[in-house]
Amino acid sequence: MNWTEFFHMGGYAVYVWGSYGIAALVLVANVWAALRRRRRVMTRLRDYARANEAGNE
Amino acid sequence: MPINYKYAAPKNFYALAGTLTPWLAAATVLLLAAGLYMALFVAPPDYQQGESVRIMYVHVPSAWMSMFVYVIMAGAGAIGLVWNIKLAEVLAAVSAPIGASFTLLALVTGSLWGKPMWGAWWAWDARLTSELILLFLYIGFMALQAAIDDPRRAARASALLALVGVVNIPVIHFSVQWWNTLHQPASISSIAKVGTPAIDPSMLWPLLIMAVAFKLYYVTVALMRMRAEILERERNTAWVAEVLSAR
Repeated sequence: MNWTEFFHMGGYAVYVWGSYGIAALVLVANVWAALRRRRRVMTRLRDYARANEAGNE
Repeated sequence: MPINYKYAAPKNFYALAGTLTPWLAAATVLLLAAGLYMALFVAPPDYQQGESVRIMYVHVPSAWMSMFVYVIMAGAGAIGLVWNIKLAEVLAAVSAPIGASFTLLALVTGSLWGKPMWGAWWAWDARLTSELILLFLYIGFMALQAAIDDPRRAARASALLALVGVVNIPVIHFSVQWWNTLHQPASISSIAKVGTPAIDPSMLWPLLIMAVAFKLYYVTVALMRMRAEILERERNTAWVAEVLSAR
């Protein structure tokens, strides 16, 4: 297979690779956002629990 | 048929989702790799559209997902509304940003496909316009969720909005039949074509594999988001305290 030809996509390189690139971006961004959300919730709830314990002593 | 209510309890659901997520993620990656390989290397160029037809393998699955996720979101919202099931409310809430991003992806890839094929990035065509309205419905749903502090009240209000918006789903689906659109008609789901879709198997298979990969992706990310959301909402329970202190 000819890689130059493959990347050229019959002259539609910008449109085809643009589409796949944005698709990859959307897929990665959703996973990243989900991981970040979990991290933030965990951090906040741990801080909250620690503050509560300190308050009870 | 007896329903297993065990997993309707947030604690059990949290554990089950945690067990399932890595397997679902692995299956998503495998199917996505297979789908991409078939879409880019195995599927033939179109006799009219040439290589640009490869945009279809991300455009069509994301457009399907934009509608599928909306129906799940509205359905979960309705279940939360009627039976007061917290997990359904959480599912509706976490589905919105994922569905919105698929809608945006469908619109952008459609634009990137429309430019070389139709000669225009955008047209106020019935299919394109109704899909744009879908994006606005998702944004409205998320804005309403964000505007109301109490999660139970936010869930009720946004579920109503989602249910009203369901009317747009058949409009999107049938727009290519009801109106004389620039967008091409359905090649796969038309009733008259069941069993004999107007698309060759060499193009149908990569399309279906990508569609299943996108569905699995949605389930994986939705479960990840639901777990974080459950922790937040159940923060005053003993089991969440245990989860937090472990590790």
